[in-house]
Amino acid sequence: MKKMKLVMVGNGMAGVRTLEELLKIAPDLYDISVFGAEPHPNYNRILLSPVLAGEQTLDEIVLNPIAWYEEHGIKLHLGKKVVDVNRARRIVIAEDGTEEPYDRLLIATGSNPFIPPLPGKDLKGVIAFRDIADTHVMIETAKTHKHAVVVGGGLLGLEAANGLMSRGMDVTLVHLAPWLMERQLDDVAGGLLRKSLEERGMNFRVETQTQELVGGPDGRVTSIKFKDGSEAPADLVVMAAGIRPNTELAQKIGLHCGPQKGGGIVVNDTMQTITDPRVYSVGECASHRGIAYGLVAPLFEQGKVCATHLAEFGIGRYTGSTTSTKLKVTGIDLFSAGNFMGGPECEEIVMSDPYGGVYKKLVLQDDKLVGACLYGDTVDGSFYFKLLREGRSIADIRDKLMFGESHLGDSGHAGQNKAAAMADADEVCGCNGVNKGTICKAIKEKGLFTLEEVRKVTKASASCGSCTGLVEQLLMFTAGGDYSAAPKKKAMCACTDASHQDVRDAIRSEHLLTIASVYERMSWRTPNGCSSCRPAVNYYLISTWPKQAKDDPQSHFINERSHANIQKNGTYSVVPRMWGGTTNSSELRRIADVVDKFKIPTVKVTGGQRIDLLGVKKEDLPAVWQELGMPSGHAYGKTLRTVKTCVGSEWCRFGTQDSTKLGIDLERALWRMYAPHKVKLAVSGCPRNCAESGIKDVGVIGVDSGWEVYVAGNAGIKTEVAHFFCKLKTAEEVLEYAGAFLQLYREEGWYLERTVHYVARVGLDYCKAKVLDDAANRKALWERLQFSLDGEPDPWFEFEKAGVDARQFQPVGVL
Amino acid sequence: MRASSNRWGFSEMSNWKVFCKVEDIPVLGSRRIARPGSTDVAIFRNTEDKVFALLDRCPHKGGPLSQGIVFGESVACPLHNWTIGLADGCAKAPDVGCTQRFAVKVEDSQVMLDTDELSTLALGQTVVADVVAVGAETAAAERPSV
Repeated sequence: MKKMKLVMVGNGMAGVRTLEELLKIAPDLYDISVFGAEPHPNYNRILLSPVLAGEQTLDEIVLNPIAWYEEHGIKLHLGKKVVDVNRARRIVIAEDGTEEPYDRLLIATGSNPFIPPLPGKDLKGVIAFRDIADTHVMIETAKTHKHAVVVGGGLLGLEAANGLMSRGMDVTLVHLAPWLMERQLDDVAGGLLRKSLEERGMNFRVETQTQELVGGPDGRVTSIKFKDGSEAPADLVVMAAGIRPNTELAQKIGLHCGPQKGGGIVVNDTMQTITDPRVYSVGECASHRGIAYGLVAPLFEQGKVCATHLAEFGIGRYTGSTTSTKLKVTGIDLFSAGNFMGGPECEEIVMSDPYGGVYKKLVLQDDKLVGACLYGDTVDGSFYFKLLREGRSIADIRDKLMFGESHLGDSGHAGQNKAAAMADADEVCGCNGVNKGTICKAIKEKGLFTLEEVRKVTKASASCGSCTGLVEQLLMFTAGGDYSAAPKKKAMCACTDASHQDVRDAIRSEHLLTIASVYERMSWRTPNGCSSCRPAVNYYLISTWPKQAKDDPQSHFINERSHANIQKNGTYSVVPRMWGGTTNSSELRRIADVVDKFKIPTVKVTGGQRIDLLGVKKEDLPAVWQELGMPSGHAYGKTLRTVKTCVGSEWCRFGTQDSTKLGIDLERALWRMYAPHKVKLAVSGCPRNCAESGIKDVGVIGVDSGWEVYVAGNAGIKTEVAHFFCKLKTAEEVLEYAGAFLQLYREEGWYLERTVHYVARVGLDYCKAKVLDDAANRKALWERLQFSLDGEPDPWFEFEKAGVDARQFQPVGVL
Repeated sequence: MRASSNRWGFSEMSNWKVFCKVEDIPVLGSRRIARPGSTDVAIFRNTEDKVFALLDRCPHKGGPLSQGIVFGESVACPLHNWTIGLADGCAKAPDVGCTQRFAVKVEDSQVMLDTDELSTLALGQTVVADVVAVGAETAAAERPSV
């Protein structure tokens, strides 16, 4: 079959990203030609600022070398500006007369700097800051001249000014508005930024309008004159007064463009121009739902959608992005997103420490976060940005909101929160032992732009995630990517576009009962999923339709198939159940005998008040269970693990309640309970809280008048203190309320989501409404949990009923 | 099924031995063939009843691949979730490394492996961590050409 022809006009980041996405999914569909007006292959335009500042070289910012185009059979026309397109005959015509016919045309011409119509704007030494050529001029001029003036105190202007200053020039920044970056920062943060740059030696003229640029006899600019009559010397003037979508070609060939000054080529949700469906447009030149984006993350999202459409998959729509801003000036941390100025309808939470150089403002409206402006400490930027995009109610976390996500403990990277201050050898990701240098190298060498890509390649922040903020900062400084504008909906894994919620919803609403039917109904890309989606789907089936959907043993992680914990050398650990942490002499004797008989090398008391036998050979597991004669402790599963207790009123002179008895009752009622993730409970007999109820999924504390119940605590990576849920009078009530809360989590939680994350996602108020306020619903939840658990087998003793494949314990043969 | 060959490439020296039936291996699961004194060999079965054999040792940190989740023509190592291709024994990008693979023949639902391969390839006990990485490279280099 003859291939279709795809021609791309513009050789920049958004366009080439679109081609990369297209080549990934349909490598042989098109003969591709690319026209680029610049004489360079695709490079990372965002990193021109670090190049100017001397922190990176031009070679380092090339994203796709010429060889890449050759490798993919792309015909590359460099240095050729396209001047016309004959849409009737479908031919693209370049300035030098080169012609290329097309079946599909992609216009990615980006944007042009806006040069105000000032007298003297065409003088030598007056430039914009847009491409490699401009950067060269600045670097060269800095070697021979002294005075630089930058017009425009926005993102780009500040980066240009900082770069020129670091190259030794005396820089004055002229800005029309009363404070810097007025479209990203409020007055206070803008003031802090100015102060910090002034300390570095930058001069400012704010609220100043330029009158004209004055030239010397050689035609080069010599000074700049302002409206107020004053003047400043200038050997170089950089115009950074904003950008405009480059629609010159599009307008010439009759494509509809937005009406307003900044209007781009109008496209629909599949990135087709509304004028001609054969013609697509992505990037800064495109206007989608009235917005022409100038940041890389939304443009890459556009590219992805455009690619799937070009590939004739017909899936995916671009529906717009919320964007955030960070400044790439080394040593200055600044973040803003959404409506950071606030207004009459809004409330503000502000933390200001001008001497410490830290300022944070959060803007709330109707209990939702609608804007954020951070200066000096931006590590929580991505956390706020996530809340902003999700639009979830923050009423329940309002009192802690200002302190961010990390204030409650942040293990694994020595409490670091400023990536720039770290040395290359410093460890960023404590789980996977990845240091800063490794991450930066991977970002540069492999051209990574998103957090997901970094996780995939380096594993940094891929395990516990507590260093995510640091990795995002490194991405920002190294790739300049606006990493954080991830899509609102996250696919479960690479096998599907469906999110965890999509799958849960479909299983419930369509009464799906098998993994195969889920995969078919939701058009899975793989025949039997992967190690990440299959256990999740299996859990959703059995938790949604207990006693109907059949558990699939091959969709469990090994620990839940062998009912023991695999260790680093392939042996297993065995933890027998001890109700509420209580045991007796005959159990202990049996344990001792088993340890001797099976030569078990390590015996350890666990944090959950149990005894762990480590180093058991897989072949020995069934015999070890038999001889222990104790129930499975489920220490290996996404299940109820333990109910930790203190001795309580039976022995303790301070005890007010019989915590041991309640703990045992809870454990007997809930054991064998599988859940999205492990579940840990604790019961303390008085507020001294010796059982550590404050960091458990459900923690109970006895007081003289009854029991306090706390939920969604966590002792793990992010230590999170449990929220007070309710106060109850009797032990029976505790069982019902705790059970109902856990059943809600079992039915709605996403796989591998602990209660702390589940409650953070849906809100504590939601859980209270479902469990506390609605008595009928509480009873129904509690009954459904009991129905699920009724007749559940003990997998250590009822192999057949529990679906334990006994063949696994013996080799199939011996050589 | 590819022609069998030992590490020296002499296919005529193959010595096929029946170890089990296809049904003895769970679908999307695995069994082990014990090699006293050496690391076991894992045999896997996918949904299409294709059978594969790999040294039961992940090239990363020596995890027993027989205990992993099988999907498509891959297995996820139970220790750190590396994805290993069942057909070639190699880790999927971005991870790098290969484990020894073994020839398998299925006739009349009988699963056969070459005892010459089993008694000559990747001998010795499981060793952990870095040492394995070196061994894995050797194993890859020694893999017979197809």
